[in-house]
Amino acid sequence: MEKTVKIRKKPIAAILLAIFCGFVVATVILAASGYHPLEAFGALLSGIFGRPKYVSNVIIKSTPIILTGVSVAFAYKMGLFNIGAEGQFIVGAVAANIVGIVCDFPAIIEIPLVLAVGAAAGALYGGIAGWLKAKYHINEVIVGIMLNWIALYLSNFVCNIERFHKPDSDGTYAIHESGFLTFFTNWKTTEAAAEFVRNHPVAGDILRTDANAGILIAVALTFAVSSLLYKTTKGYELRAVGSNRDAAEFAGINVGKNMVQTMLIAGALSGIAASICIAGNNPHGISQLSAFESNGLNGLSVAFIAGGSPIGCIFAGLLFGGLLYGGQSIQYMVGAPSEIINILIGTIVFLIALKDMVPVLVDKLGKRGVKS
Amino acid sequence: MMNTITLLLGVTLLYSTPMVFGALGGVLSERSGVVNIGIEGMMTFGAFAGAAAGYYSANPWIGVLCAAAAGGILALLHAMAAITFQADQTISGVAINLLGPALAVFFCRQAFDGATMSYPVENKLPKIMGSGAEGMMANLNVDVMVLVALLFAAAMWFVLYRTKWGLRVLAVGENPAAADTLGINVYKTRYVCVILSGILAGIGGATVTLGIVAQFTQTSIAGQGFIALAAVIFGKWRPMGAYKACLIFGFSQALTVVLGGGTLAVPTEILAMLPYVLTIVILILFIGKSVAPKADGVPYVKGKR
Amino acid sequence: MEIKREYAVQMHDITIRFGSYTALDQVRLDVKKGSIHAVLGENGAGKTTLMNILYGLYQANEGEIYLYGEKVEMKNPNVAISHGIGMVHQHFMLVDTFTVTQNIILGHETTKAGGVVDLKRARSEVMEIVRKYGLEVDPDAYISDISVGMQQRVEILKALYRGVDILILDEPTAVLTPQEINDLIAIMHKLVNDGKTIIIITHKLKEIKASADYCTIIRRGTYIDTVDVGKVTQEELADMMVGHRVKLVVDKEKAQPGDVVFEVDKVTARDSRGVYVLKDMSLKVRRGEIFGIAGIDGNGQKELVEAITNLIRVESGTIKINGKNIENRTTRETMEAGISTIHEDRQKRGLVLDFSVEDNAVLDTYMKEPFSRNHILDRKEIRKFASGLLKDYDVRPDSCEELAIRGLSGGNQQKVIIGREIANNPDLLIAVQPTRGLDVGAIEYVHKMLVRERDKGKAVLLISLELDEVMNVSDTIGVIYAGSIRCTFEQGEVDEKTIGLIMAGGTLDGKNS
Repeated sequence: MEKTVKIRKKPIAAILLAIFCGFVVATVILAASGYHPLEAFGALLSGIFGRPKYVSNVIIKSTPIILTGVSVAFAYKMGLFNIGAEGQFIVGAVAANIVGIVCDFPAIIEIPLVLAVGAAAGALYGGIAGWLKAKYHINEVIVGIMLNWIALYLSNFVCNIERFHKPDSDGTYAIHESGFLTFFTNWKTTEAAAEFVRNHPVAGDILRTDANAGILIAVALTFAVSSLLYKTTKGYELRAVGSNRDAAEFAGINVGKNMVQTMLIAGALSGIAASICIAGNNPHGISQLSAFESNGLNGLSVAFIAGGSPIGCIFAGLLFGGLLYGGQSIQYMVGAPSEIINILIGTIVFLIALKDMVPVLVDKLGKRGVKS
Repeated sequence: MMNTITLLLGVTLLYSTPMVFGALGGVLSERSGVVNIGIEGMMTFGAFAGAAAGYYSANPWIGVLCAAAAGGILALLHAMAAITFQADQTISGVAINLLGPALAVFFCRQAFDGATMSYPVENKLPKIMGSGAEGMMANLNVDVMVLVALLFAAAMWFVLYRTKWGLRVLAVGENPAAADTLGINVYKTRYVCVILSGILAGIGGATVTLGIVAQFTQTSIAGQGFIALAAVIFGKWRPMGAYKACLIFGFSQALTVVLGGGTLAVPTEILAMLPYVLTIVILILFIGKSVAPKADGVPYVKGKR
Repeated sequence: MEIKREYAVQMHDITIRFGSYTALDQVRLDVKKGSIHAVLGENGAGKTTLMNILYGLYQANEGEIYLYGEKVEMKNPNVAISHGIGMVHQHFMLVDTFTVTQNIILGHETTKAGGVVDLKRARSEVMEIVRKYGLEVDPDAYISDISVGMQQRVEILKALYRGVDILILDEPTAVLTPQEINDLIAIMHKLVNDGKTIIIITHKLKEIKASADYCTIIRRGTYIDTVDVGKVTQEELADMMVGHRVKLVVDKEKAQPGDVVFEVDKVTARDSRGVYVLKDMSLKVRRGEIFGIAGIDGNGQKELVEAITNLIRVESGTIKINGKNIENRTTRETMEAGISTIHEDRQKRGLVLDFSVEDNAVLDTYMKEPFSRNHILDRKEIRKFASGLLKDYDVRPDSCEELAIRGLSGGNQQKVIIGREIANNPDLLIAVQPTRGLDVGAIEYVHKMLVRERDKGKAVLLISLELDEVMNVSDTIGVIYAGSIRCTFEQGEVDEKTIGLIMAGGTLDGKNS
C-alpha cells in the first residue's frame, strides 16, 4: 500500500495510469458493442503512423491544441480556469484572417503581422475575462462560456460581410499567400515539385499535406512560457497567487494586475494558435460555424492530461491530435463509431480529475483495517 | 402584430424549458455545495436517451424516464468524483461534458444504423391544448413540459425553503461541518442532490428531442446547459430566480428566431449574441454581493474543520 | 476506575491514531453526573480530539465509552445526540445565512405534515428554553448580524433544544469579554443545578478555578491526572499541564527606548460592511522597545495591521515610519519603507504551502537583487540565502531547501517566516499572534527573537490575544478596545486585572484614556 502512495506522488505515473485505464474502459465498451478492440486500436495506430502523410497531419492537428493547452495550463497555474480559450481562438482566427486579407506585405512582414494580430485579438478577449474577474469578481468560467458564444456569432458575422465573404462558399477569402506558413508554398505547385514527389515517396507524401512551420512556433512558445513560469519573477508571482492568494497579497503582490496579465498572455496563446492555423492550413480562412470546432475546448483536456505542465502539453497535444486524427480510421476500417475516441479522452480526463483517489482509498482501507 | 407577440411568447417558453430543467439541476447541485458544469453533457446524453427510447417504445414518457436515468448515471459519476474522491469539480465537469456527447453519438450510431442522428420520434410529447389549436392559439400551444418545468421550479422552491430537507440541503451547502455535527449526512445529501441534478438535466435534454425537434442530432444540445449555468448565477442560486433567468434567455433567443428573418436592420448574428452579452452585463451589475453557497465547489473532508 | 452509574461519562483507555501519529494514547476521563468537569491541556494536547471522539465525530482505535454505566458505541454524532450529548465547538458551527431559530432546529426540525418546517412552533419552543436559562438571543436575527457572545448562546441553545444531559464546551471563553465570561459561568451553574453535566475544554487556569469542580489534565496525548479543583492551586495545575516549571517571565534586560520610529495618528477605517473598525487609533513605537497590544479579539487588531500594511484603506489620520507617511500606499511600499510583518495564521497569510522552503524564504524579496536581475530569478542566490536562514534559525529537518514547506512542523514554518522578515532588516517588526499553535519550546524561541530584535535597536509591535504573552514580552502595553488604544502602560506598572478591565471597555481614572 505504501508503494501505491509513492507511485501516486509522481504526477506522470498518475497520468499514465489514467491513460491506461482510459484504454481499458474503451476496450470494454468496444467489446461490449461487438467490435474487436485490438482491431480497432490497430486501425487507430495505422491511422496515426500508417503513412508519412498521416504523421504530418497529426502534427498539424496537434499544433493549435498544444498552444491552447499551454494557454489553459498557464492560466491554471494562477488558479484561473480558461474555458474561454475557445472564444480566444475564434477571435484570433477572425482577426488574423481579416488582416491577412486586407494587408498584402512581403512574407517577412506579412507572416509576423498575421500571427501578432491573431495573438493580440486573443489577448484582448482573454483580458476581458481577467479584468472582469479582477475588478468585479465574476467567475471566469461563466464569462468564458458566454464569450465563446459571442465569438462564434462574431465569426459568423464577419464571415458574411461582403468584403470578406468568398462567393459560392461558406467561408471567407484566403489570406494573401505571403502570409502562408506552409513549407514550400510556391514551389509545391511547380513541375519540379511534382517530379520530386514522384521520386521521394516519403517526403513527397508529407508535401501533399499542409506541413507548416506552426509546430516549431508552438514548441518554441511552449518553452518560452515554461521559462516565464519557472525562471522569472513574474512567473514566481503568478504561481504564488495561484497557490495562495492571501499570502501573495500579504507579501505585496498585486493580485488583480496579475490576473489580468495572466489572462492577456493566456488569450494571446490561444489567439496565436488560431493565426497559425489561418497562416498554415487550408483554406487559410474562416468558415461559417454551426458549433464549436473545439480547438480551445480541447486545450482544456490537453492541459489536464499534461498535468498542468506547459512542456507536458506538447506530448499531451500530440497524443490528443493523434487520437483525434487516427480515430477516424477506426470508423472506416473497423466500422466502430469513431466517438469511441471521445469516450476514451473523456474517461482519461475524468480519471485525471480523480488523481487524488489513491490516497483517499488508502485512507479508507486503512481505517477499515484498524477497526476490524 | 398579435400574431408576432404570441409567437414570441410561445417560442420563448419553448426554448427556455430545456434550460429551466438544466438550471434547476444546477441550483440543486450547487446549493448542496457541488459545482456542476457537466449539465451540458448530462443534457446531451439525456437528449439521446430520450429520443432513442421514445423512438423504440413509441411512448414519449418512457423516453423522458430513460433520459432522466441517463442524466442521473452521468451525474453519479460526477458525484463520485466530487464527493467521495474530492476531485477538482471543474475538471470532472469538463470530463462529463466530453463523455456526454461522446456516449450519445456512440450509442446513436449503434442504435440508428451508424447515423449520428436518430430517426424522428413518431409520438412527440403532448401539447397543452391537444392537437386542435389553430391560428394565434397554435403559437401558444406549447409542450406539456413547459408546464412541468414551471411546476418543478415551484416545487423545488417549496422543498428548499419550506421543508426540513430543504433546510438541510442549504445547510450542507453553506456550512457542511455544522451540518455534520448535527447528525446530517453531508455525503448522502450531496449525492442525492447531484444525482437529482443529472436527472433534471436529462429531462431537459429530452424536452428538446421529444418535444421541440423530436429527433436527436449532434446539435440538439448546443449550449443550453452552459446558459443554464449562467441562469443559476443570474438567478442567485434560487429556483424561481433561475426560472426567470431562463425565460429572459429564451426570450432573447426567440427574438433572433422570430425577428431575425431579415425584416430587422440588425444582422441575425449580432442579435444572436444578445443573451450572452446580456448575461455578462447582468453579472457586472448585480453580482455585487456574493450570494453563492459558501461551500460551493469545496469538497467536504471530515475532520478538516 | 470501575464503571458506575453516577458517572455521566467514562472514557477508558482511549487511543486514536492519524496515520502514523498517535494523537491520544490510553487517555481516560471520568465525569461525575451533575458536575462541571474541566479538561486541561496545552494547544495540541489532544483535548478537542478526545471530545470529538465522545461526540462521535472521530472513532477511537482503542478504548471504551460508558454513559451512566452503559457501554456505548459512538459511531457518529447521531448516536451521541440520541444519548443526550451536545457539543459547542470552538469554531462555531453555525450557518451564517440562517436565522437563530433555523440554526437551532437544524437536523432536529419541528415539522407539520409532509416535512414542512413549523417555524412558529419551533420559535416558541426555543423561547421557552431561552427564558428558562436566561440565554438572551433574538430568535429571528441572522447569524451574520449578531455578536460572538450571542452566537455562542445559540450554540448552547442548539444543544439544549435537543434535550442534552451532557454538554461539551470547547474553549468557550477564547472569544469572549470578561463580562461575557462571567455570564457564561453563571449559565453553566444554572445548567448544572438543573441536573446537566458539563465538560469544559480549556487551557485557561483562572476559568477552571472559577467554574469547574474537577479537572482532568492531558499532556501531549497522554493522561496525567484528575484532580479536585478546590484542592489544587493554579500553579500546580500549570505544572501538570506543561510538565516542567513554567517560566512565565521572559528573560530580558530592561528596555532602552530611543526616538519614536513609528507613529499611527488618529486613524479611522471602515470594513467592507461600512462599519467603523478603527476610530481615532493612535500609537507610537520607539526604537528599542516592544510595544504590545492587549485586547479581546475583534476590537480592531486585525484592521490595524491591515491598515498599516495597506491591505485596507485609511479614511483619515496618518501612519508614519521614520517620519515618512505610508497610509494608503501599496503593501509593497509599506515594506520598502521599513516595515516587516509576521502575519497571523501563517499557513494562510504567511506561506505558499505548495512552494519549496527556499521559495518561501524570498516571498517578499524575490524581485530584488540579488535574488533576481532583470526579472530573471537567480536560483543560486536564493539557495544561498535560504541555506543561511535555515542554519541561523535552526530549521528542521536539515537541508530542507527544496522540500515543500507544507511538510514542516508549525514551529519550523514560523522560524522560516521570522527569519525571512528579520532578514529584511526592518525598522519596525510587526508580530501578530506569533506563537499561536506552537509548543512551549518554539514559543520561547519566538519570544527570544523578538527581544533580540529589540536589543538591536529595532521597534517591535506585538499583537496577541494571549494577555500573558503581551504582559510578559512587551516593554510598553497598549490596550485596544472598540477600534482605538484606550490606555498605555509601562511593563509592570499595572496588573493583569486592570488591563482586563480596560479590555472589556472599562475606564481608569487619571490615565490617558
